[in-house]
Amino acid sequence: MGNDNEIIDNIANKEYEFGFVTDIEMDIAPAGLNDDTVRYISEKKGEPEWLLSWRLKGFQSFQKQKLPEWQNFDLPTIDFQKISYYAAPKSKKKYDSLDQVDPELLATFAKLGIPLSEQKTLAGVAVDVVFDSVSVTTTYKEKLNELGIIFCSFGEAVKKHPGLVEKYLGSVVPHSDNIFAALNAAAFSDGSFVYIPKGVRCPMELSTYFRINTENTGQFERTLIIADEGSYVSYLEGCTAPMRDENQLHAAVVELIALENAEIKYSTVQNWYPGDKEGRGGIYNFVTKRGICKGANSKISWTQVETGSAITWKYPSVILQGDNSTGEFYSVAVTRNRQIADTGTKMYHIGRNTRSRIISKGISAGKGHNSYRGLVQIGSKADEARNFTQCDSLLIGDQCGAHTFPYIESRNNTATVEHEATTSKIGEDQIFYLNQRGIDSEKAVALIINGYAREVLNQLPMEFAVEAQKLLSITLEGSVG
Amino acid sequence: MLSIKNLHAEVEGKQILKGINLEIKTGEVHAIMGPNGSGKSSLASVLAGRQNYNVTEGEVIFKGRNLLEQKPEVRAREGLFLAFQYPIEIPGVSNINFLKTALAEIRAYKNLPPVDAKEFLRLTKEKQKLVEFDARLVNRSLNEGFSGGEKKRNEILQLAMLEPELAILDETDSGLDIDALRIVSKGVNKLRSDKNAFVIITHYQRLLEYIVPDFVHVLYDGRIVKSGTKELALELEERGYDWLKEEAHGKESLEKATI
Repeated sequence: MGNDNEIIDNIANKEYEFGFVTDIEMDIAPAGLNDDTVRYISEKKGEPEWLLSWRLKGFQSFQKQKLPEWQNFDLPTIDFQKISYYAAPKSKKKYDSLDQVDPELLATFAKLGIPLSEQKTLAGVAVDVVFDSVSVTTTYKEKLNELGIIFCSFGEAVKKHPGLVEKYLGSVVPHSDNIFAALNAAAFSDGSFVYIPKGVRCPMELSTYFRINTENTGQFERTLIIADEGSYVSYLEGCTAPMRDENQLHAAVVELIALENAEIKYSTVQNWYPGDKEGRGGIYNFVTKRGICKGANSKISWTQVETGSAITWKYPSVILQGDNSTGEFYSVAVTRNRQIADTGTKMYHIGRNTRSRIISKGISAGKGHNSYRGLVQIGSKADEARNFTQCDSLLIGDQCGAHTFPYIESRNNTATVEHEATTSKIGEDQIFYLNQRGIDSEKAVALIINGYAREVLNQLPMEFAVEAQKLLSITLEGSVG
Repeated sequence: MLSIKNLHAEVEGKQILKGINLEIKTGEVHAIMGPNGSGKSSLASVLAGRQNYNVTEGEVIFKGRNLLEQKPEVRAREGLFLAFQYPIEIPGVSNINFLKTALAEIRAYKNLPPVDAKEFLRLTKEKQKLVEFDARLVNRSLNEGFSGGEKKRNEILQLAMLEPELAILDETDSGLDIDALRIVSKGVNKLRSDKNAFVIITHYQRLLEYIVPDFVHVLYDGRIVKSGTKELALELEERGYDWLKEEAHGKESLEKATI
């Protein structure tokens, strides 16, 4: 047992591996949010009038809303007036090639192990890099252009494709949806925009690396992905952030729209700074992610591997409006030290013969707390709707917690809803068994964890799956229960 | 190869091994028998380095080195293998991935080059055949949903793959029907060589009809109370353990009287 505790302590003492700060000149708005800040951001970005007025409406909703009280953790006090709502690297000009990019910035990416340039070409990934809030470089644009695919920063989309943005912005997550979505609507800085034209299958994984870098800068990304009829796209989002003592708020919004016969696959690997072992610092990851299967036979699939952040609070959801549409949610959430995750999904079955599948794998170590919270709602017209939910919890050590809050609301008696849940512990027996075959304890834990999460990791694109697997092993290095 | 001298061990403050002495040489097969609770499985656990088992006295030298100072995984890499009485289930970890990882770790420790995928596959097939292991089980999660017999046979497959120098079989025969017993024994007999040694822990003489030991030891109350050849096993089968218990107690009271 002594050995056990030692190893559990190790995990608690492990410092965040990606904690470093890049020294680049920044253009920062004064802290606080009011009408003027909203105007400042909009003006900085040279936005049209309609967008400014949408932002202002968002700000009004934000002022009217209160922080939720239903979550299964103590929400720390957030002083919204102490946050700076805009930060952009000062060097304003756009880059044509990587050579022109600030070498410090490139060094940061190198430290993170992000192969930005040629390696990505080989891997077939186009990267839209968001450094703090403004897009620095977008690769592969030309190749995508040939197919009519639009993959650019949100700011660029506002300028070049205002019709599409105006039509779909806020159509899935309205500016009044919740307090954080409202905050995002008012203050969103930049983000990504994707449009896949009719019948086009996007030939590569679209990928964005987010990075929060400036102290006290809330980052409010906005992602909008539209898959037109019969199209397909797989989108990857991966994040790491440098170490900070001040808590940083991240309130992103992601909207997905799948039209008839279209499919969107959205994968996330989130590894933001989780805070130190006493729970100081760390990112608040309060994200609103929602997709709508608007057309018949469409499909939206969320996959997430959440290992970072002090608090992860998000429910990537799908509105199954089109008949025969499918929604999926695959999640691995890891909490250790004093990390908290309250995550899950909502599946709104509206159309007939709609299907949803939820696979959630929580892993808690140290004093971490992990909650699955999910809603499966079957509307009165959703004949023959089907849902399958599986919630597994894995505990490492005896000071962590796992909680499951499944909600089911059915207004249609032809629907089938299934829910399965398990809780297990990594036993010292398992570790010893692997030890006895020559495998040390750290590798043993990695093997067990990856086995446990395999069903979810399998959903990730190959390259990402390997990264995620590594991340899980690093995150839980030395943890034995 | 293995030299156990005056080994005392306790678990949760309870003395379970009270002075074990045992010498095992390469090429030998030793059977350890004894009634329930005599310390047979505890001896296996202590040798493999299971937590909670504290050695309070004595020494164990394995291949010239102090075994008790080594971590469990180092003992395994050095060539000590324990076939578990109750093999552990690990969901989601495929048998084949597990075997590959174990083999890679052991080879790396010995500074041997890693086995490539093709060679590994060939090796697995060969060993599967050797121990008559159902090929379908290889791709399943490690021991998950395996029957008792399948788990035990999986232990023997691992034994065949990892080629340890000293294999301890902890009641591998328990829970096996006669066919499975025959298959497991056949596997072990094929793996016996003059380069390795086996310690076979069992309740019953039955297994020893298939795997013929060079030596038989009877463990009782944490001590080896009698050693002999395979004939001893037959005698035990016939007479049970009681006469040995009496002998042991007699000796003990004699010792006490002398003190």
